Amino acid sequence: MNNVVVENISKRYKKAGASGNTPIDKIKNARARKKGLNTAGDGIQALDSVSFRVDSGELFGFIGPDGAGKTSLFRILVSLLLPDSGKATVCGFDVVKDYKKIRNISGYMPGKFSLYQDLTVEENLAFFATIFGTTIPDNYHLVKDIYSQIEPFKDRRAGALSGGMKQKLALSCAMIHKPEILFLDEPTTGVDAVSRKEFWEMLHKLKGNGITIIVSTPYMDEASLCDRVALIQAGTILNIGTPKQIIDGFDSPVFAVRSENPHQLINDLEKLPDCESVYPFGQYLHYIPKNKNSKPEELAMALRAHHPQAEVLRVTPDIEDCFINLMKEKK
Amino acid sequence: MNGSAPIITVKNLVKKFGSFTANDHLNFDVYKGEIFGFLGANGAGKTTAMKILCGLSHPTSGEAKVAGYDVYHEPNKIKNCIGYMSQKFSLYEDLTVVENIRFFGGIYGMDRKKIKIKSRQLIEKLGLTDAADKLIADLPLGWRQKLAFSVAMVHDPDIVFLDEPTSGVDPITRRQFWTQIYEAASEGVTIFLTTHYMDEAEYCDRVSIMVDGRIAALDTPGKLKEAFGADSMNEVFLKLARGGSDN
Repeated sequence: MNNVVVENISKRYKKAGASGNTPIDKIKNARARKKGLNTAGDGIQALDSVSFRVDSGELFGFIGPDGAGKTSLFRILVSLLLPDSGKATVCGFDVVKDYKKIRNISGYMPGKFSLYQDLTVEENLAFFATIFGTTIPDNYHLVKDIYSQIEPFKDRRAGALSGGMKQKLALSCAMIHKPEILFLDEPTTGVDAVSRKEFWEMLHKLKGNGITIIVSTPYMDEASLCDRVALIQAGTILNIGTPKQIIDGFDSPVFAVRSENPHQLINDLEKLPDCESVYPFGQYLHYIPKNKNSKPEELAMALRAHHPQAEVLRVTPDIEDCFINLMKEKK
Repeated sequence: MNGSAPIITVKNLVKKFGSFTANDHLNFDVYKGEIFGFLGANGAGKTTAMKILCGLSHPTSGEAKVAGYDVYHEPNKIKNCIGYMSQKFSLYEDLTVVENIRFFGGIYGMDRKKIKIKSRQLIEKLGLTDAADKLIADLPLGWRQKLAFSVAMVHDPDIVFLDEPTSGVDPITRRQFWTQIYEAASEGVTIFLTTHYMDEAEYCDRVSIMVDGRIAALDTPGKLKEAFGADSMNEVFLKLARGGSDN
């Protein structure tokens, strides 16, 4: 069953300052005119005809860098922003017409920490419960796994929590009204590798309870933790599918290469006539040949003169390889 | 790397906030032209240490010298020989390219004449001649990133501190940025950086990992992986960084 259906959603923002209403806007505009810069401008196309479907109970990821349109999309889906065109429904409710229903059935965790910093942990949770006409005891079972970890600090002000604890509180507050669907906007951005791992374990546990989760992240390695992902860049979806489908769709071989002198190795690889692209990937370079039938042994041979010790392996591409490839195709 | 002189020396550095010890007897050297990765979990004490090394905060005890200057007595001299850039804040979006260079040149204490010369050089080198009078907000992310790094080095500092410089950046721009880092390091600039991308830890000459205010490991990525029996720096980090009690 489809839980979220999005068809051709577009959103365009006018340039900041173009409205010319505040004194700062007026100064900006006057300055811009003097310099012959765009004032009204063409604005920014945040979302350009985006379509996708998410099934009930799915853990669906939007993977893309800053400015890809992830936050705009989430804000539209939770009824906090109106699309310019297109249609979207969440659990059968229209995000524009049925906004009140949408707000009752969805939990939203914004990218920026948005709880009340000078309320305590418990006060924040009680506040969100009350807003939705429920109480902490009524729905405690829903947040127990996560909230019990921060409960020892329930009298501490939210502003004084560590990053990991803030994250757990925000997730508890987004779930206390028993939503059918969760929207988590970049919950792991700026979070260290260990806390990220723990957060994903938490999400998998939630998913086990049947809740639909839509999550966004700029960390490409997190794609493998989702059931399906959409790769998004500059307001358009580049590809959509299970992580495996996306990787299987990459139709060139990828060679992982390393030698003692990586900088020289990049230069030498770029000079090869068969070189499509070469980028560093951790301790290896990923080399993609133009000829899809190229063999790793051939590449090792070609490098022999300058890099006799070079190690060349054929590897499965990762999501970043796919993302880079799709970005290039788009250009 | 061991042949060259240390440009940052830290000995028994301690920083306490009340009863909380944020930095607990840190000891390390960073060498000229080195790319030094400063890793650790959130709350491990990275920012505290970095602020001290930038001359913005005093240690409680211990010694630290940056570019030959003492962090207790010569913080302003330190500020003149370092550059700083983070992804969160780097350039003013509603100033133009030239205005940003002029502003940061001024902040770093350069005189007008020098700023003028440097602006021209920089813009030419980055191929931004046609965009010199454009607002930063109108530049593509890749260009902004390049410019932000160059602006952090406009006064030819000995050391550049990069605080999560690539967070949220697309994979191509992220890699182009590293090319720029390598270039600067090969010209003798010391790079001191934090990141949450573990693949980037592999690109560093040496990496330190902080856990609960202490340096739990410090070596080349190769040796760290060997020591922890790990295939990647991500594994090393996961093995080490949980340390004590953080939530």
